[in-house]
Amino acid sequence: MPRWGMVIDLDKCTACQACTVACRVENNVSFAGPDEYRRGRAIFWNTVVGVMEGEFPEVRAEYIPMPCMHCDNPPCVKVCPVGATYRDAEGVVKQLYDRCIGCRLCMQACPYNRRYFNWQVPEWPGTFTAYRNPDREPQPRPKGIVEKCTFCEQRLRKAREEGRPIGSDDAEGVVPACVETCTGGARYFGDLDNPDSIVSRLSRSPRAYRLQEELGTEPKVYYLRPGQWEKES
Amino acid sequence: MIKQRQQRPVVDPRLIQPILRTGGAYYLLVALLAAVVAAGLYVWIRQIRLGLAVTGMNTPVYWGLYITNFVFFIGVSHAGTLISAILRVTGAEWRRPITRAAEAITVFALIVGGSQVIIDMGRPDRVLNLIRYGRFQSPLLWDVTSITIYLLGSITYLYLPLMPDMAILRDSLPTEAPGWRRRLYRLLALGWHGGAEQRRRLERAIAVMAVLIIPIAVSVHTVVSWIFAMTLRPMWHSTIFGPYFVIGAIYSGIATLLIAMVIIRKAFHLEAYLKPLHFRYLGILLLTFSALWFYFTSAEYLTTGYGGVPPEMRVLNAKLSGEYQAAFWGMVAAMSIAFVVLLLPHLPAPGRIRLPAFRPRFAAATGVAALLVAVLIFNQAGLVTVLTN
Repeated sequence: MPRWGMVIDLDKCTACQACTVACRVENNVSFAGPDEYRRGRAIFWNTVVGVMEGEFPEVRAEYIPMPCMHCDNPPCVKVCPVGATYRDAEGVVKQLYDRCIGCRLCMQACPYNRRYFNWQVPEWPGTFTAYRNPDREPQPRPKGIVEKCTFCEQRLRKAREEGRPIGSDDAEGVVPACVETCTGGARYFGDLDNPDSIVSRLSRSPRAYRLQEELGTEPKVYYLRPGQWEKES
Repeated sequence: MIKQRQQRPVVDPRLIQPILRTGGAYYLLVALLAAVVAAGLYVWIRQIRLGLAVTGMNTPVYWGLYITNFVFFIGVSHAGTLISAILRVTGAEWRRPITRAAEAITVFALIVGGSQVIIDMGRPDRVLNLIRYGRFQSPLLWDVTSITIYLLGSITYLYLPLMPDMAILRDSLPTEAPGWRRRLYRLLALGWHGGAEQRRRLERAIAVMAVLIIPIAVSVHTVVSWIFAMTLRPMWHSTIFGPYFVIGAIYSGIATLLIAMVIIRKAFHLEAYLKPLHFRYLGILLLTFSALWFYFTSAEYLTTGYGGVPPEMRVLNAKLSGEYQAAFWGMVAAMSIAFVVLLLPHLPAPGRIRLPAFRPRFAAATGVAALLVAVLIFNQAGLVTVLTN
């Protein structure tokens, strides 16, 4: 049984946000529009968070792409009153859209704020309908429930059905949309329990770390620290 | 056949008067409140149609006024049953005139508080999933269980001592009273005739309920706090939250009771029953709990501030000098005023200068101030959501 995980090399990430766009299209994440975005109601299964360090001119910007951390000890799963979110046998944290009651306790519980609520009826106004593929899984979620990154569960399922390899180790391997699209090749996906896989090897790198490790949530998304840069005089 | 008692109890007509006569002001008030309910229903339907975006909530302000209201009204519910039960168990005889009002507040406040959670749900149509798929690992299920038990317990505790009173109404209704009333009171009196055996059993039942209801009430507000404390949010994830919420609940509960007493006293001319003594004793209780609140708040803030862990400091600073400073310092000011007003009459006065702070009017003002404080407090508890990264 694999234990899916992801590694993101921050030295290769250019913060182009192609991962965010690919994720939205792949997973039929609803359109929010500039007004609702400003009001903080847009949904981003994947997002790129900017962190500024230091003061001008000695400033360093770091961009951290954030999918769901798919914790091995997920606080969101613990608190769900109806079992609408769960960690499947392969370690992926999933959401049952037709069971969720919309209490949003899981969103409070997630220390990474990686869960999103459908504050309104999902819509694709005007030409944006072109970005919505009605045939593709997963279907848009109705208003009033919580949704989140699933490591593109539909891709993994299809790959298994068709007997294709999964993970970054194989050139033909099926990977989540954000990994496939990454322009800098910064993202890797695969089985953390296979000691020879790329993600497993990278997760043991001295550069590897996870977000808020001290909370004991055991995330399965690893980051590779950016290298030390010297300011040229 | 149950034999009717020979001697009817002598009942002060002032106590039955509100049951028999309804003034125009009452109907006006009902119409007014019905209009408020209708307006609320309209916006709720609109919210169900359009989604929770209409509330102004967003990411990461996942919870807002509804959960604040939930905490507030569940807190207010502690006025009643808990206070009345504690006073009963400790044999405080002065409690008698105020217990009924207190217990009624509990039942009504619980219904209001509980309904807030349904309104807050993204999918209220799926509320039965809580029973179909309920997981006891979730703090929310603890809440559902504990509040349901508290509501049923409080209704029982309100009803038990009400039985003899229903019998009084049954027996002393004037002949021109409508028949449905007679039947209603006969039904609710459950055949009460005041015999020695009946009295003994009722006393026993009330005594058992009074002891049982105290741990249930304490558990209710502890569990309400655990919805917050069981998450990993900075300053929510804290062991002080359980007792802190219980203290705050009793504090705002006493304030609500004081306000209700002033209104009941005035509207139903019960000055002979709700005496300055009752306001004075409840005032001392309120004073005690505001001191406890001060102690808990100091303990929490000093521990957090001294430790200085950055994510927690962000929340603390948001209260002390940031986004929520108006709410926080408003709370401190209102609480200090309430504290001083309550304390003054107990200080040895220089000369003969004494503030008449325990006249009902002043007690009401204090209650309002305390209630305001509680609102501010719970506003903070409900609304402070700070990103952890």
